[in-house]
Amino acid sequence: MAKTHVSTCINGQDAEFLCSPEQTLLEVLRDTLHLTGTKEGCATGDCGACSVLLDGTLVCACLMLAAEAEGHDVTTIEGIASGNDLHPLQQKFLDHAALQCGVCTPGFIVASKALLDEDPDPDEESIRYWLAGNLCRCTGYDKIVRAVQDAAAELRS
Amino acid sequence: MSQSTSNFAYAMPASITDTVSLLSQASSNGVRCQVLAGGTDLLVQLRSVDPDPRTIVDIKSVPEVSRVEVSNSERGVFIGGAVSAATMTHHEGLKAILPGLVEAAYLIGSTQIQGRATLVGNLCNASPAGDTIPALITNQAVCEIHGPRGARSLPVEDFVVGVQKNALEAGEFVVGVRMPHPSARTADAYLRFIPRTEMDIAVASAGVSVTLDDAGVCSAARVAIGAVAPTALLVPDAADALVGSTLDEASLAAAGRACTAASSPISDKRGTAAYRRKVVAVLCERAAASAAERARAR
Ligand SMILES: Cc1cc2nc3c(=O)[nH]c(=O)nc-3n(C[C@H](O)[C@H](O)[C@H](O)COP(=O)(O)OP(=O)(O)OC[C@H]3O[C@@H](n4cnc5c(N)ncnc54)[C@H](O)[C@@H]3O)c2cc1C
Ligand code: FES
Ligand code: FES
Repeated sequence: MAKTHVSTCINGQDAEFLCSPEQTLLEVLRDTLHLTGTKEGCATGDCGACSVLLDGTLVCACLMLAAEAEGHDVTTIEGIASGNDLHPLQQKFLDHAALQCGVCTPGFIVASKALLDEDPDPDEESIRYWLAGNLCRCTGYDKIVRAVQDAAAELRS
Repeated sequence: MSQSTSNFAYAMPASITDTVSLLSQASSNGVRCQVLAGGTDLLVQLRSVDPDPRTIVDIKSVPEVSRVEVSNSERGVFIGGAVSAATMTHHEGLKAILPGLVEAAYLIGSTQIQGRATLVGNLCNASPAGDTIPALITNQAVCEIHGPRGARSLPVEDFVVGVQKNALEAGEFVVGVRMPHPSARTADAYLRFIPRTEMDIAVASAGVSVTLDDAGVCSAARVAIGAVAPTALLVPDAADALVGSTLDEASLAAAGRACTAASSPISDKRGTAAYRRKVVAVLCERAAASAAERARAR
């Protein structure tokens, strides 16, 4: 079957791939490009485990065709740290023990990054609303909210 | 493009004309073709109830569909078919004049879903619980449709014809929706009820737009309700209950009763029919009160 050729920029680097028309961006990220940090929880937009940034906008990679990424910038969890230096959000998730199994964590971190890019000082209610599309089945949300607040404070200082 | 019926294909036309010819060609060749906007309904359906191959026509490269126009002239407000809920909730011009419509867009799914989901996709998907549909109806929105026989327009209340059914014919697609720029002292509001605070679909919903005269008397109103019938409904009796009043408690209650009377809900896991009939009245009253407050402040 005819494959579609797609040119994008992923985590700051030009990336090209071939995909079939019905493949999702999530499938291509994980299976073709081996960027397995982005997780699949539901594949129907409900859990947020597949959260990525598309030109800076938070989206579910499971609800996008890979072909739709043509000409756009994609940021995945692999693009959040600077080299070996963890992003404050990553460090604070560790400090606050805001993860257990960790399957939801990449999605939470990418989603929180999008929030802090837009609002450096969100209150707890805004954080909870913003992250309502990210589900965690083991940690509970309090530690996650604390980690985001603490990372926000560090980024502001 | 030549595609056998058993294959998926992806096309990204760059103009209205190319989109229409792709859609029309496919339909005359018996190839299934479907418009893709934000994909938040299409991809979920593709992964579940509707996995069959088709040609997916991504309209996001058509310049007209990415447009938001806010004009005080008779052109009014235009929101193109690729405009996402996130774009709307960040658009100060829209928020200032159509707070209820923007509220409805903000209620769609999560932040992630709003990043992709479009207003027009929500309308075309024609779910009885689609949040933006009552809000579009209250604002007199009209669909601008292009197809093999040229352009036509259709009011939103006539566009949705049944559960997940719209009035588009073969080869047609919606370029965008247009509505009048609300005059001074006109404002809208939209409210829905869900069993939790986020990420659920409406049990019942109501959108209201009111215009006040200098004395604070309601001179025009539109009321629409959602999730309580196979399609969102315009409720003229509810509007009549508001017009001529100062939007006092008695007239709000009368409008609420008209919404209950107009609804024909089903019972499901989210609520019984009796409950929906009751809640839709409350939502209408509260949305009318909120629209009135905004109109007074404009
Ligand atoms: C987790 C989740 C939560 C959700 N929560 C809500 C909610 O709270 N409230 C709510 O109302 N909805 C909700 N939705 C549904 C959804 O996001 C919307 O209906 C969305 O607005 C659809 O827009 P889209 O651009 O993604 O449409 P798409 O999926 O691209 O298209 C939807 C349908 O409309 C057709 N279509 C789209 N654009 C056009 C056009 N311009 N011309 C002709 N046909 C067109 C497509 O072919 C398809 O059949 C939710 C979805 C998910 C996955
Ligand atoms: S895998 Fe995309 S939202 Fe769950
Ligand atoms: S840590 Fe396991 S799902 Fe969140």
